[in-house]
Amino acid sequence: MANVLEGLLYTETHEWVKLEGSKARVGVTDFAQHAMGDVVYVELPEVGKKVSKGDDLCVVESVKGANEVYAPLSGEVAEVNSALEDSPELVNSDAYGSWLVVLEISDPSEANQLMGWEAYKKFLAETEKKEG
Amino acid sequence: MKRLEPVIFETSVPGRTGYSLPALDVPHVPAESLLPKEMLRKTAASLPEASEVDVVRHFTRLSQLNFALDEGFYPLGSCTMKYNPKMNEDAARFPGFAQAHPLQGEEVSQGALQLMYELAEMLAEITGMAGVSLQPAAGAHGELAGIMIIRAYHHSRGDSKRTKMLVPDTAHGTNPASSALAGYQVVEVKSDARGNVDLEALKEAMTDEVAGIMLTNPNTLGLFEENIAEMAEIVHSRGGLLYYDGANFNAILGKVRPGDMGFDVIHLNLHKSFSTPHGGGGPGSGPVGVAKDLLPFLPVPVISKRNDRYVFDCDRPLSIGKIRSFYGNFAVLVRAYAYILSMGADGLREAAHNAVLNANYLASRLKGSFLLPYDRTCKHEFVLSGKKQHDEKGVSTLDMAKALMDHGFHPPTIYFPLVVEEAMMIEPTETEGKETLDAFAEAMLAIAKEAEENPDSVKTAPHSTIVARLDETAAARKPVLRWRPAE
Repeated sequence: MANVLEGLLYTETHEWVKLEGSKARVGVTDFAQHAMGDVVYVELPEVGKKVSKGDDLCVVESVKGANEVYAPLSGEVAEVNSALEDSPELVNSDAYGSWLVVLEISDPSEANQLMGWEAYKKFLAETEKKEG
Repeated sequence: MKRLEPVIFETSVPGRTGYSLPALDVPHVPAESLLPKEMLRKTAASLPEASEVDVVRHFTRLSQLNFALDEGFYPLGSCTMKYNPKMNEDAARFPGFAQAHPLQGEEVSQGALQLMYELAEMLAEITGMAGVSLQPAAGAHGELAGIMIIRAYHHSRGDSKRTKMLVPDTAHGTNPASSALAGYQVVEVKSDARGNVDLEALKEAMTDEVAGIMLTNPNTLGLFEENIAEMAEIVHSRGGLLYYDGANFNAILGKVRPGDMGFDVIHLNLHKSFSTPHGGGGPGSGPVGVAKDLLPFLPVPVISKRNDRYVFDCDRPLSIGKIRSFYGNFAVLVRAYAYILSMGADGLREAAHNAVLNANYLASRLKGSFLLPYDRTCKHEFVLSGKKQHDEKGVSTLDMAKALMDHGFHPPTIYFPLVVEEAMMIEPTETEGKETLDAFAEAMLAIAKEAEENPDSVKTAPHSTIVARLDETAAARKPVLRWRPAE
């Protein structure tokens, strides 16, 4: 079963979120990187891009296809991890270390709608059961 | 024997030529005296030097490394790799067509114009639309033209609030791309457990900010959208339009018409449903068709008939404008015209029957050994899942696709659609006989057995091809895009 990190928040579309004050660091989960397969390109958004929760945030391209990453929270892109432009494989080797963007969040209350790590673990187990 | 062919530069021999020119009979004028300095090369171009027979053999050998429909079964789902009858090629080579110049004028192009006029009429009749433009040069180009027509229609009514386009999660990847390119925000609509668009999700998404919905029917799972009438009602009642992606039209040719299902704009892929060449860059052709109210928005020029003469009609103030140089990929239109006339209405309907029959036959032969997540009567294609082999033996769909090459078949489309894990999307098309289908089924069953008994052999496939498994990840991460001489 895919690795789930304690202390992070999660979405049903397999993004992870680390809250840092008014900011949120966002990446894709170990489950997501495994399902996508070898990542070959990460298309990062422009700094300053405004997104609403659920909007397309960026695209992670793997050998299997292009995968949308959805904004887990509303806000504005404050930073992007440009190291991934040259080393997209980091998403596979270290999903929780390889953040994609940092969002300056506009509505902190939205974080209540995200899953905690135990809930996400349960969600993954149920997904497995349903599809297996 | 097939073998790897070196790059032609590597076989170059200094001084060898494939031509011999007569002695110069005019004064020699150096290039420096004719061209500005900045336009002159600093070093000579290093072109390969070879004899004619060397060049012919080089390219013939390269062509033999290719896999083609004329060589074998090509069940690439969603692509409709149907056989291209050679009669089409004869027609396209008639000198009146092959040597026509796009600037030669209406007066001396009446035959070509008549062909385009009649082809557009035939396609309108087949699809149940009021008018068709043959200009778009490929399917996605047709989509873009169609979405631009939808936008022009809304704007002409002063309705500029509609900024969103609905696209089901089983749609072709080009649909969201075309919508985005035309300036729409894409909203995904989920499908239900039967593989249809979820009506409740559609109702919720269909607001007065939505311009329309793009649909493929049958959809990318090869399943007919059973609730299409209700869907059309939901979208139309809230002021939206329905766009029909004709990628899967082969399944319903002569059976049911998008116009009758309630679609307002459609595109067809002549290189899929109408047997024109496909793959390797085409050229394709993606005619776009519209319902009566949308006729004024078609691209210009429209070919019209006036007093028994065919003319280019450019006087259409509401048109989205010109979307392609000249009049589309004309030689492809000739092939589609030849195909429709040679098949006739009954022949086209029979093609759809056989495409559907062949897909269901293969699905029924394979579903015992592979998962078939949406197990219902399919149309022209079906989607298997390699999840059982993946989870139990670590053999992925990619491995099994590679193993098919050892059996002499082109692999199916894999990892698409995204709603099926480890997807294998198989479309046999109507032209394949039972022997070919059985041979393919036997190969698939043999691979399933091999995955069970000797998974490593499948994981390292292909074994008999001229090159072994390629490293697709490295090719994507660190592509080598041009040949360079060895240092």
